[in-house]
Amino acid sequence: MSAPVVRIENLKKSYGSVVALDGISLEVERGRIFGLLGPNGAGKTTTVKILITLVRPDGGRVEVAGTDVFKDPAKARNLIGYVPQELTTDPYLTAREHLRYYADIYHLPSAIRESRMQEALALVGLAGLEDRRARDLSGGTKKKLDLACGLLHRPPVILLDEPSLGLDVQVRRDVWNYILRLKEQGTTVFLCTNYMDEAERLCDEVAIIDRGKIVALGSPATLRSRLGGDVVSVEIASANDHDGESLDSLDKTVSQLSIVQRSVKDGTRLKIYVESNEAAVPKILEAAAAAGISVHSITYSRPGLDDVFLHYAGRAFSEGGRNGA
Amino acid sequence: MREFIQETNAQFRRWMIHLKREPFSLAFNLLNPIILLIFMGGAFQGLARNSVGEDYRSYLLPGILALTAFGNSMGGGIPLLFDRENGFLLRLMSAPISRSSILVSRFLAVNLSTMLQCLLILVLGILFGVRIATGIGGVAALLGTGLLLGFGITAISLMLAFVLHNHGDFFAIMGITALPLTFLSSAFVPLETLPAWMRLLARINPMTYAIDAMRSLILTGWDAPRLLWTVAVLLVFDAAMLWLGARVLSRQLA
Repeated sequence: MSAPVVRIENLKKSYGSVVALDGISLEVERGRIFGLLGPNGAGKTTTVKILITLVRPDGGRVEVAGTDVFKDPAKARNLIGYVPQELTTDPYLTAREHLRYYADIYHLPSAIRESRMQEALALVGLAGLEDRRARDLSGGTKKKLDLACGLLHRPPVILLDEPSLGLDVQVRRDVWNYILRLKEQGTTVFLCTNYMDEAERLCDEVAIIDRGKIVALGSPATLRSRLGGDVVSVEIASANDHDGESLDSLDKTVSQLSIVQRSVKDGTRLKIYVESNEAAVPKILEAAAAAGISVHSITYSRPGLDDVFLHYAGRAFSEGGRNGA
Repeated sequence: MREFIQETNAQFRRWMIHLKREPFSLAFNLLNPIILLIFMGGAFQGLARNSVGEDYRSYLLPGILALTAFGNSMGGGIPLLFDRENGFLLRLMSAPISRSSILVSRFLAVNLSTMLQCLLILVLGILFGVRIATGIGGVAALLGTGLLLGFGITAISLMLAFVLHNHGDFFAIMGITALPLTFLSSAFVPLETLPAWMRLLARINPMTYAIDAMRSLILTGWDAPRLLWTVAVLLVFDAAMLWLGARVLSRQLA
């Protein structure tokens, strides 16, 4: 394990009598995609504003790449590329002019400016659209331009606030691929989201935040497995005359598999509790085939991060938090 | 210092692109001054003959220049307020830039635009027959006076951009200040002909000083003592507004 590139210790912030952050602590390892997941008002925005040095916490420490954000905010600002959830493109500027703007804002020397701009355009797939004004670009393309502007200075940490908010499916997929490419290049991504599927799809580690507290921390798989893992449900082919026997023998067969936690007969189905269905389903099918049992259907239900949220926060994710934090 | 110049220049270039590609905003500010110059200048010609002489439009032009400078400077902070509203500014401030570069670049852009607009009004005035007594040097002095007025007003506007909560309030403030402040000055009529209470308010209005100096440049010629006095008064006004703005903004932009 390398040294954490983002380290947050016991961070506290109140606005008047409203507690926005009630002592959160977390660490993000270099080269990971870290997700801060929570409903609106949970404290995500406050955390973001503290990370980008624009809000001072009441207590606690924040370090980015070894720099204390409040002792040396100027240095910390160079270490983070922040892409806000709102579109921040300027309708009157072309894509190229946006990149030139941020290249100068981040003080890139002219010798490397052009190559960095080309690189950023290529990464988000904007090559060929350089000279279009932002007002003539689609919402999704504007988002990609926004993202491109955030990585010109190659910060060790990219902070993405709700990167796929309001995007259509195709653009959302593009943005996800872009985030995965950033990770491949060794950049650490700090992602704030209130989309469960986004966190599950992208994040190596997730902190679930609710009412200013981190209620769960771990990889999406770990968090889910704490709830008992996935449930694989197998139905034996109905043409089989010896349903009961087959089910018994299937039960016996799968219970010998190391990935199976336990199994329960449920009518004509066998419910098999496993840590993760991806690994389990092929193994179960293999074992069934080896035992000569023909499977009619196999389904699985996966406890999602919304179940995890439900478990730790004691209420459904969609019920939300309070407003304003 | 090199970094300050690079980041200020980048922001200044953005404002120049706006100026070039969004000429309508320029027209918006010039609309009232042009209407007043052409129509008021014509309509009140007869009425004004006995008080200010044969050429009311020449008499009016300094007032129109001051109104132009006031309007453009007073609206100068609005794009920053839009940037605040849509998240652009937050993103900019997450970057390692000096906060003052945001203000310096906007300040320079607003005043360059004020100068261009005043030049346009002057040319329009000349096309409508105004003769400038101090010639081409006078044109430079007129623009300089307009800028000295604009500096202080721009400082107020940049301050408002960070104090007000939405641009609707900003437009309201612009709407209720521009014309009344112009009427509460020597823009349209000689100060002596104003009712006493208006005259009193006009005397503490920096526009009056700028207008009187510009009027002497257009109608009579070089009047060094008056010009020096005007420059001194406007510099004091500018310094006070910049000081106030810096105080407020150093807290807002911390």
